[in-house]
Amino acid sequence: MAVFQELKKGALISLWFVFLTFPVMVIKVDPIARTVTWRWMNALYMAIGTFIIYTLVQFFIKRRGRSKPSTVQKEAGSSVIHRLLDNPRRRAMLFVALAAAAIAFPQLLSAYQTNVMTTALMYVVLGLGLNIVVGLAGLLDLGFVAFYAVGAYTYALLNHHYGLGFWTILPLGGLLAACFGILLGFPVLRLRGDYLAIVTLGFGEIIRLVLENWGEFSKGPSGISNIARPSLFGMELDLHGSIVFNYYLMVLFVIFTIFVVNRLQNSRLGRAWIALREDEIACQAMGIDKHRTKLVAFSLGAFWAGLMGVVFAGKTTFVNPASFTFMESAIILAIVVLGGMGSIVGVILGALILILMPEYLRGLSQYRMLAFGAILVCMMIFRPQGLIANIRRTYVYKKTHNDAQAS
Amino acid sequence: MTSQPILEVSGLTMDFGGIRALNALDLDVASGEIVALIGPNGAGKTTFFNCITGIYTPTEGNVWLTPPGGKRVSLNGLKPNKVTERGLARTFQNIRLFPKMTVLENVMIGRHCRTKAFILGAIFRDPRTRREEQDILETSYAMLEKVGLGEHCDEFAENLSYGAQRRLEIARALATEPLLLLLDEPAAGMNPQETIELEGLIKKISREGQAILLIEHDMKLVMSLSDRIFVMDYGRKIAQGTPREIRENPAVIKAYLGEEVDA
Repeated sequence: MAVFQELKKGALISLWFVFLTFPVMVIKVDPIARTVTWRWMNALYMAIGTFIIYTLVQFFIKRRGRSKPSTVQKEAGSSVIHRLLDNPRRRAMLFVALAAAAIAFPQLLSAYQTNVMTTALMYVVLGLGLNIVVGLAGLLDLGFVAFYAVGAYTYALLNHHYGLGFWTILPLGGLLAACFGILLGFPVLRLRGDYLAIVTLGFGEIIRLVLENWGEFSKGPSGISNIARPSLFGMELDLHGSIVFNYYLMVLFVIFTIFVVNRLQNSRLGRAWIALREDEIACQAMGIDKHRTKLVAFSLGAFWAGLMGVVFAGKTTFVNPASFTFMESAIILAIVVLGGMGSIVGVILGALILILMPEYLRGLSQYRMLAFGAILVCMMIFRPQGLIANIRRTYVYKKTHNDAQAS
Repeated sequence: MTSQPILEVSGLTMDFGGIRALNALDLDVASGEIVALIGPNGAGKTTFFNCITGIYTPTEGNVWLTPPGGKRVSLNGLKPNKVTERGLARTFQNIRLFPKMTVLENVMIGRHCRTKAFILGAIFRDPRTRREEQDILETSYAMLEKVGLGEHCDEFAENLSYGAQRRLEIARALATEPLLLLLDEPAAGMNPQETIELEGLIKKISREGQAILLIEHDMKLVMSLSDRIFVMDYGRKIAQGTPREIRENPAVIKAYLGEEVDA
């Protein structure tokens, strides 16, 4: 009986889809020849396709539900990567393989592929930066792109007006973005949850609108072009050389960011962030300065966004406000959430998937974004906690404890 | 016992709109003492805790804390984290742990206000930071051993049993090295066995010289633990004294049981 119910539901859903896609899939109007073609077979394909997909999804959800009681197994399954990282020898091998792949990448593949990968790596760093704010400290920031814009325009403007180089501006852009983070953070971090999200969203839009409308300052929507590419020890590189150089630069950036974020996460400060995410009142009662800790998280996140802004301006040699829409914030947030909040490996995977997938789905031409959306939905259904859930570090307390007694 | 006072509260008053939750309350705790604060539900006991720990700002009154051999400092108007830094640590009536952190990490958070490492220390891990981190680990682990949670240290706090969570809260508060430990209904929801264990634990902590102020409804526990008892009702203090005095105090009996009809 239950099977019949399911089938009935599936049939209804496929009917509904046929109805929804009717104007696109069935009717074809040719305004020049003044003909209307009715492609009824498409409706049939749509119905069968939807029905099969629905049944498959239901089947997997059922099976997952059935295997749920064995939580131990599930945990083990979800932490394959963690087990891989726990074993020092395997970890070393993994790192060597990754490093080799990263070095060989631009040599083996085209400039286009290298460029795409560079962009993906930029989002890895952006994701890791936002991960400090959202994943660790639990502050929902929807205006992250504002700090990205601050970095990008810092380089664009200072390069345009004063001819300052990439390497001079790089730390400056980061610091300026961090300052903006503090400036915004002071009044705003008293708010929590949804309210904080709304205000940061507003802040992101304000920065973009200012850049768009304050023509004398930022040249408005037409943007700033001819920004100098990053130079290698003062050498100007040709286009291809510059693409490869940007790629290696980003690889170094990613390594640097992972290193720093990892250390922050496993420090006194990182613990305070996580505690703040868990329970603010208990946190304060334990002597943690709520405002200061939040502010540090906010400005550190902004710092990475600022750095990436400078890299972005140097890479594209052109900035305009259209690059810093809310969509960017949303994608970076999606990277953090889909990857797994608070998990460094998860955020890296999330960024690579979310940025590379739309590129490699180009083969699907006009269905590209449809497929992208479908994959996102599937990820949320099957792994709502993110690709890689963060596992808290355990401490080697016993050894240290005995040591303390021995000495 | 009543040597030097650690906590002195005078004329503490707290208004919520038109409601006076605390009315000119005086209270003091001396070093090494266990003092209990009791009273019927809604008497204002937890409000009192929230006032002295800085979660609420009292309308009137003074709170003083005196470190041993030091000058007394006022806690008026300080933020909760500053109050904890000065030496008042508390537990919560409805447990407030960090559920997704391990048991050990929960206690390590308690060390936060006694340590200093910040951004640069975290990134560079200089020797001083590493020593500090090591010290945090050792002290935290020692605290867990003290409350008997040593072997649970890698579990998530949310997976502990109720009684163990209460003990973890105590360990976390102790990790801040408080001058005075405030326990808000530590035995609430515990079974008799757990209550007996808790009594042992509080006595043990007290023997080490820790001054304790506790709110509790379990009279057996209060009577056996406390050196002195303060009784509150409707935001005022209605009695104070040793457990024996309190047991026979007519005002206390009236507050708890109501007036006798034939009186």
